[in-house]
Amino acid sequence: MLHELQIAATKARILILEGVHAAKAGHPGGSLSCVDALTTLYFHEMKVYPLNPDYPDRDRFVLSKGHCAPALYAVLALKGFFPKEDIRLLRSIKGHMSGHPDMVHIKGVDMSTGSLGQGISTAVGMALAAKQLKKDYRTYTILGDGEMDEGQVWEAIMAAAKWKLDNLCAMVDVNGLQIDGRTEDVMPTHPLDRKFEAFNWHVITIDGNDYDEIVDALAEARNTKGKPTVILLKTQKGRGVSFMEKAAEWHGKAPNDKQYELAIAELKAHLAGLEAVYGR
Amino acid sequence: MAGEKIATRVAYGQELLVMAEKYPNMVVLDADLSSATNTNAFAKKYPERFYNCGIAEQNMTCIAAGMSTCGLIPVTNSFAMFAAGRAFEQIRNSIAYPHLNVKIVGSHGGLSVGEDGATHQCNEDIALMRSLPGMTVVVPCDGYEMKLALQAILAYEGPVYLRMCRMATEIVTDRIEGYRFELGKGVTLRDGEGISIVATGITVPMALRAAEQLEEEGISARVIDIHTIKPLDEELILKAARETGVVVTVEEASVIGGLGSTVSELLGSRYPVPVLRHGVNDEFGRSGKATEVLEYYGITPEKIAETARNAYGLKTEQE
Repeated sequence: MLHELQIAATKARILILEGVHAAKAGHPGGSLSCVDALTTLYFHEMKVYPLNPDYPDRDRFVLSKGHCAPALYAVLALKGFFPKEDIRLLRSIKGHMSGHPDMVHIKGVDMSTGSLGQGISTAVGMALAAKQLKKDYRTYTILGDGEMDEGQVWEAIMAAAKWKLDNLCAMVDVNGLQIDGRTEDVMPTHPLDRKFEAFNWHVITIDGNDYDEIVDALAEARNTKGKPTVILLKTQKGRGVSFMEKAAEWHGKAPNDKQYELAIAELKAHLAGLEAVYGR
Repeated sequence: MAGEKIATRVAYGQELLVMAEKYPNMVVLDADLSSATNTNAFAKKYPERFYNCGIAEQNMTCIAAGMSTCGLIPVTNSFAMFAAGRAFEQIRNSIAYPHLNVKIVGSHGGLSVGEDGATHQCNEDIALMRSLPGMTVVVPCDGYEMKLALQAILAYEGPVYLRMCRMATEIVTDRIEGYRFELGKGVTLRDGEGISIVATGITVPMALRAAEQLEEEGISARVIDIHTIKPLDEELILKAARETGVVVTVEEASVIGGLGSTVSELLGSRYPVPVLRHGVNDEFGRSGKATEVLEYYGITPEKIAETARNAYGLKTEQE
């Protein structure tokens, strides 16, 4: 199972770069850091139905850090919600692969996001609706660590604890970087674990690029009752592409042709290695 | 004329209980103001469908957005200042952009908040909400119209902003022959040929009184109640402009972006006639009893009549 996730995530990384390169814009850094969690959610954890994307009892996902849309689009495409070729129309006037997720036009997107801080609140609303309607679907959301600067995030965290939303699992992509530099310089948010604990959440801290740990943490979240769970994903921005790793400059910049070829070659070699061992 | 007096927010609280039966998927959210927004009776009767989000309007607004994607009909409540003002960007991006079925109710709209003063007197909500693509903006003029408005917005699927008023005002629409509420349609409450007074919210009864004064002076004033500012009943207003040749708009809100703007925009491009905008000018309110504040800023039948006289003068000058 884990190697399948590895293979899918590597394919997703290739799609992310294809999209961002074709668009000549976008957010590769944060997309690459959270794509392992996203892949695990869609290929291992969540009940979703690509042929019936609006099925009412499906699990919900909200990409609160909406600028990492390329990662979500890549995973949704691989899952079969829309053709993989669509990703080349990222940010293009010729299609509807908008710069940030758009639930009206993109199949599989459960909530339009992009303005930071709002996604987690909408996820709280979805989890509350499940309780209200007595449904057992679960709601997941991924936030950025830079996004934790937004005051609304903490309003949502308080509310989720008030209503004991054990059907809600938030993940924070703690890659340590935001547009203007290190999160600890721009606006220190440490210690996130103790803050969430103080807000009465169940807190799990893991290596957010390790599938074993992600799978286990999601199971632990599912089995935690009476309070919401947050998984703090310690990740590397730009993960999977050697020259993009841990570099803030790749937050919102597309690779040039040469960098793109280099990155794709790296990822394809990695994919070939995985497929040689585990099969396609 | 002297009808029963009730605040639109009180009528809203009453009708919410009636609608609760009709719409089992309706849930009510409030931000620690349920005794003022009048959702408290609903909260008491339907505690499992009431969500007090605390003093956190931004979060409340987005929670409602999320709920609506799962089949609930959320109704958010706060003062207009916070419902439409503080949470503006949340409404824009999480409700209006995906066109979700959320009803946003702003109580305590306009100057008639009174004593709380400028920080709580939201004159800009209509302009803000009107600027959002796909948003329906409704401002009932009295308690009777409010109940019909609530019924109509719940029957409609899509985002709606509903503005309510704090102070008790006279009910007039229950005595108008042929009165019927339809979302997006204005109502001619009084016929006239000399001038059209197009009003919204609690200024509608004032406009009717102004029309009585004008009649005594020999000016026949038509009074149109625009309860739905967006989408605007363009045909009714164009007809009024054609037939009376001059229009006065009246609102307890900023003339920048409010009813005055929307009517001016329409007539400027489709049937240019003089439009005088009577409302809150480019300034903040101040503390005082509601009636005193309204008088201070000229939101009274007398001042409306004065503007109408000036408008009528412009028309006769042109003739």
